[in-house]
Amino acid sequence: MSEENILLVEQKDAVQVITLNRPDKLNSFNDELTFKLQDALKEAERHEGTRAIVITGAGRGFCAGQDLQSRAVTADGGQRPSLGDSIRRRYNPIIIRIRRMEKPVIAAINGVAAGAGASVTFACDYRIVAEGVSFIQSFTKVGLIPDSGSTFFLPRLIGLTKALELMYSAEKLDAAEALRLGLINKIVAQDQLMKEALELATKLSVGPTKAFGLTKRAVNRAVFPDLEELLDYEASLQEIAGRSDDFQEGVKAFVEKRQPSYSGR
Amino acid sequence: MMTLTNQNILVETDDQIGIVKLNRPKVLNALNHELMDELVTALEAFDRNDSIRVIILTGSERAFAAGADIKEMSDETTVSIMLKDRFATWDRIRNIKKPIIAAVSGFALGGGCELVMNCDIIVASETAQFGQPEINIGVIPGAGGTQRLTRVIGKHKAMELILTGRPITAAEAHALGLVNKVAPVELYFDAAKELAREIAKKSPIAVRLAKEAVLKTFDTSISEGLQFERKNFYMLFASEDQKEGMRAFLEKRPASFTGR
Repeated sequence: MSEENILLVEQKDAVQVITLNRPDKLNSFNDELTFKLQDALKEAERHEGTRAIVITGAGRGFCAGQDLQSRAVTADGGQRPSLGDSIRRRYNPIIIRIRRMEKPVIAAINGVAAGAGASVTFACDYRIVAEGVSFIQSFTKVGLIPDSGSTFFLPRLIGLTKALELMYSAEKLDAAEALRLGLINKIVAQDQLMKEALELATKLSVGPTKAFGLTKRAVNRAVFPDLEELLDYEASLQEIAGRSDDFQEGVKAFVEKRQPSYSGR
Repeated sequence: MMTLTNQNILVETDDQIGIVKLNRPKVLNALNHELMDELVTALEAFDRNDSIRVIILTGSERAFAAGADIKEMSDETTVSIMLKDRFATWDRIRNIKKPIIAAVSGFALGGGCELVMNCDIIVASETAQFGQPEINIGVIPGAGGTQRLTRVIGKHKAMELILTGRPITAAEAHALGLVNKVAPVELYFDAAKELAREIAKKSPIAVRLAKEAVLKTFDTSISEGLQFERKNFYMLFASEDQKEGMRAFLEKRPASFTGR
């Protein structure tokens, strides 16, 4: 079922604002939203008039990650869905496009960024965060591993110790702590978020875009020379996790709104 | 020097380097028979032209060549395609005596990949993609892909690429030995030119016999190949360039080769 305007793209001079727009679902990713985001990023890359990109969410969340409702429906069909496939087709191209985009990409994080929603912000060049917002590595809550680049972005951004703690615990990381850890650039008041993000984007958009792009290319090469391979490997491990009893139990418990009971298998 | 009669390629020279640029941008440089005729004719002209020492074959940033022109052959029958004998044109590339450097960006797929493998040295942009996707349309490579790719990257990898039709990146192609050098997209052509200039400084007669000897590997046993190499080596002692090269070496000065 197609929802209307699930992704909004607005051009403001040389700045393109991409808004995830499923506010009633905290902008969680269903198939359509992931593919639309891929397309929008491709267009932004090609569009010569666009020299900076802002990604944000509509409503009170930035993005809650994978829409488990839409995945649970698939899982009920009897066959376990291939998570590796789904990630390779849907999420990894988003991450690759953001990293390969030779223009500054700013995440304007208006609300909770969980699971793949958090991963998308990790792939961006800037993270500007509204007060009170938190990040959640929610994957292990349902028996999965962090994906869409989280397993290598997060340790790089905040160090191994904290990264693993957050991944295992699946607990909230609030904005203040995120700033202290160096995960984000700035915290601003909720009603100032878009203003600040647009100001930054506008400033960047009149900068030396070619030099910015080449800087990003060099940094990518230095830090993630094997981005595609890392993403592909992560997807393979998610495939393994997706076949586990714990994942089945995790999704079931989520849908039934109860605590999961994990066997460790 | 621009040749105006060509519809599908651009031909120019830069000092001692002859440059052929595939130029059918609307179809990502799909290789139709007209293009191949023009290409081979241009290569042969450079081969005969004494002022040219090295040839560079390139496409656009987006595509070296995305493949053969499928439209042109979709209605062929076994007999009709055999009688047209289009690959005869390709065979003439093998006879070009001067080194050909492929400067590849974007798609080099199917016939595009085979054309690359007809060249002697391959410089790629980071955005280049190589592959033999023929299997996806129910055929197989027909311009040497099964033979050349296998010799370059080995049986198992070649089999994987040819049976799945999946493309590989420039980085993978480099790791497999298909590509000599990978450069940023803005610089791949410069990198090819730099290599061409370096080779252009050598004795053209030595370069010619060296290329011939290297290519002999693909056609012969090791003992015959070694014999062939030795004869070419001996033959060079009849050249002025050998005398000049060795004298310059002993006199500790740069050699000045004339090609005689």
